[in-house]
Amino acid sequence: MAHISFIEMGLTQEEFERINMLLGREPNEIELGMFAVMWSEHCSYKNSRPLLSIFPTRGPRVIQGPGENAGIIDIGDGQALVFKIESHNHPSAIEPYQGAATGVGGIVRDIFTMGARPVALLNSLRFGELDQPRVRELFSGVVAGISGYGNCIGIPNVGGEVFFHPSYRDNPLVNAMCVGLVAVDDIAYAVAGEPGSLLMLVGSKTGRDGIHGATFASEELSEQSRDKRPAVQVGDPFMEKLLIEACLQLIQEDLVVGMQDLGAAGLTGSVAEAASKECRGAVIDVLQVPRREKDMTPYEVMLSESQERMLIIPREGQEDRIRAIFERWGLDAAVIGRVTGDGKFRVVAGEQELARIPVRALTEECPVYVRDEKEGDYFAAACGYNFAQLSSPDLNQALRGLLASPNIASKKWVYSQYDHQVMTNTVIPPGGGEAALLRIKGTNKGMALTIDGNSRLVYLDPYRGGLAAVCEAARNIACVGAKPLAFTNCLNFGNPEKLDIYWQLKQAITGMAEAAAYLETPVVSGNVSLYNESAAGAVLPTPTVGMVGIIADVSKGVTRSFKQRGDLIILLGGFRDELGGSEYIKTYHGLETGAVPPVNLEAEKGLIELLQEGAGKGLFQSCTDISLGGLAIVLAKSAIISGMGFDLSLPDLEKPMEALLFSEAPGRVVVSLNPANRKQVEQAAQKYGIFMDVLGYTGGEKMVFRNLNREIIMALKVEEASQIWEEALACLMI
Amino acid sequence: MKFGITVFPGSNCDADCYYVLKDVMKYEVEYIWHRDTDLKGCDVIILPGGFSYGDYLRTGAIARFSPVMSRVVDFAREGGLIIGICNGFQILLEAGLLPGAMLRNRSLRFVCTGVHLRVKRNDTPFSGFFAQNEIISLPVAHGEGNYFCDPVTLAEMDRAGQILFTYCGPGGEEGPEYNPNGSLAHIAGITNKEGNVLGLMPHPERAAEDLLGGRDGYKLFASIGDYFSRSGKGEA
Repeated sequence: MAHISFIEMGLTQEEFERINMLLGREPNEIELGMFAVMWSEHCSYKNSRPLLSIFPTRGPRVIQGPGENAGIIDIGDGQALVFKIESHNHPSAIEPYQGAATGVGGIVRDIFTMGARPVALLNSLRFGELDQPRVRELFSGVVAGISGYGNCIGIPNVGGEVFFHPSYRDNPLVNAMCVGLVAVDDIAYAVAGEPGSLLMLVGSKTGRDGIHGATFASEELSEQSRDKRPAVQVGDPFMEKLLIEACLQLIQEDLVVGMQDLGAAGLTGSVAEAASKECRGAVIDVLQVPRREKDMTPYEVMLSESQERMLIIPREGQEDRIRAIFERWGLDAAVIGRVTGDGKFRVVAGEQELARIPVRALTEECPVYVRDEKEGDYFAAACGYNFAQLSSPDLNQALRGLLASPNIASKKWVYSQYDHQVMTNTVIPPGGGEAALLRIKGTNKGMALTIDGNSRLVYLDPYRGGLAAVCEAARNIACVGAKPLAFTNCLNFGNPEKLDIYWQLKQAITGMAEAAAYLETPVVSGNVSLYNESAAGAVLPTPTVGMVGIIADVSKGVTRSFKQRGDLIILLGGFRDELGGSEYIKTYHGLETGAVPPVNLEAEKGLIELLQEGAGKGLFQSCTDISLGGLAIVLAKSAIISGMGFDLSLPDLEKPMEALLFSEAPGRVVVSLNPANRKQVEQAAQKYGIFMDVLGYTGGEKMVFRNLNREIIMALKVEEASQIWEEALACLMI
Repeated sequence: MKFGITVFPGSNCDADCYYVLKDVMKYEVEYIWHRDTDLKGCDVIILPGGFSYGDYLRTGAIARFSPVMSRVVDFAREGGLIIGICNGFQILLEAGLLPGAMLRNRSLRFVCTGVHLRVKRNDTPFSGFFAQNEIISLPVAHGEGNYFCDPVTLAEMDRAGQILFTYCGPGGEEGPEYNPNGSLAHIAGITNKEGNVLGLMPHPERAAEDLLGGRDGYKLFASIGDYFSRSGKGEA
């Protein structure tokens, strides 16, 4: 019977044969199910592992790199940040509210499993275009799910990004990131401890939800996918909040050897992960697992992905104290098995043995695939696209069009649904700066957090797009005045078995790795989500970069808004005119093409250092990174937020004005400063080898752009710009 | 004087209130667990924000049955000062310590944003440090802050001066665009008839430090401290 269903479980013939070889016999149904989830792409990274190995993962601050529940970096004073990003794309495509909610729940468990108090959430979202009802439903459902879950557990949702593109129509992307703070001495690891240790299961009772969720997440979406709704889990944020408090108390009192959350692959996954670390084994008695539904089979119990469950391995003799803590929080803990020394994962029902698998066959023996690749057909054409053939635009119309683009318009409709202030640490809230800035209570320090990834650029040139994603994140951290330290990433791509998709994946990782190495921001954790495809094809290749940084004095954080009339507006990093992949050519000309502007890593690094130094000395009134929409849009946003206009002139560079105004070429920021600080900024820019152009001054009710002859080439009242920008997204959602 | 902060399963602004009162304002503060039946000699009880019992069934509906709530009700009857913030306000409504009920926000969406409020009276224990009709700013963060009561109750509350905070614009102007949740008569905070129990949707504990962008919440807590030192209460 088993050999009939391995294909339905997502395994190949070769994989099935390999399982037979590893066991020395055919697996029974339970064993096969356990292999199928553990060997899914979602759990095993079988398609991406060889590529991921090129990421730099070490550095003086790295306490824990990839391979644990989350990465950890040292931030001094005996404290560390624990963080990771994870996708919940497929569940959100089917059931947006629960899919997104449980995505938040899962990533939060990854953080407190390591003993850290979760202190911030961020997310990166991608949807199709909002003129379609189903897309609006997905968008509002996902945002409501994140809001409903995150708000309830009392963790501020401080930042993120939302991008709309037709390729995400049936396959939205929902990436959630969580950051935790921990005393270095309190870090907990998912280890099993000595043979004989008990395995306790705590939290929600086990139901039939989410069975084969990991397998489902590793397939392309199809017409039949909605029938897989039972593979989507249902979240209970209240239970999660109780688990956070109870589990952190266990860590505080040093009562556990190890802790592991139950995520993808449920009990099978978490027991296997914990046991495999020290070559231990484990025996689980399914009869001891508390259930919420009647007549569940052992197969269902072992593969359920019911949420809000934790596996606890108590220190010897501490079971009673642990039970008392759980009881205080109204939680039941059940002993469901114990650690063994034989390296076998055994599932029993009382006296009857149901499964017996070498643990490492599940975790280490999964086949690894290096796929063939082929450059995307579109790549050469995009690189060679000649922008001279485009008509020159009505600049005012182009500016309005950009302000109204959902990709650029204010995301207040989204972030006002998230509690971004609870825990009273949020110094720069969503929308206030290029990165979120949170104070660290008891110190002067602050942590800066951002998520970035321009998938259009990655599509047009995966290598340069990968470089750009990491650089943008680091630059955003520096814009608020912090030092970028490390990042986590989520790689959302199509089916890696397709040649051009594998090429995208490989190129993007290469670019990201190169930037990470040069900027000394190692990768400490991450997640891979492949098979993001629907009948309409693959999504844009979408790596998202979740960067963290530290600022020594949180009160020196720099925001986006202009502060005072008569301040100088300065461009750091020089004028550029490349329009490849820009939002301007998309909104005005309806094109998505062109060579992606190259990144200059050396200049990028200099700029990042310059921004930190300037912020530390209090030289900048505002700082914004040039990205989507280019120079004009960056300036417009500062003006809108502060209700203060500006008047500036562009030089005559014998380039089309629209190119100077709307180019999204990287490595550039706009700062405003008190004219008295000009000399100091000039000196600093020189020191780091960064071009500096004085554009004009803040003040007035209008945004005025002039040419060298002082003729107005583009102008808009701040009030009008504000109305367009503030209302665009909300209007589409009515 | 001593503040007590109740902790229900699912409370999530308890630590924020504690931090402000203890670390920023240097008051004596204690947590009071929901199963406790002793208020530990506290002079002011704060029911903090959050999602007590997940807000399942209805906001505040389950928390009111916690053992500690019967002591809180007695404490209110004895004239003790109580502040319910956000979810705490909802619990006070469910417990019958304040009149009216909460509906879902008119937008049907959770809303987290800054708002302006008019302080209608400054002769209460909670508002002495504000000027009469002062316009202050505090943040809100809730899904059910749409206050509602019947017209008779509203008229009574108005006559008795129980409406302490109303939503308004930065210049004090009233209008639906300044009301984040659609609440009746732009109500953001009310007291009981006796004036010793306050419920408000905005979060004063989130606006008690300049670094976080405001001090109006600090003034609310400081008003209580000042009330105690002037009345000579709580010194023993």
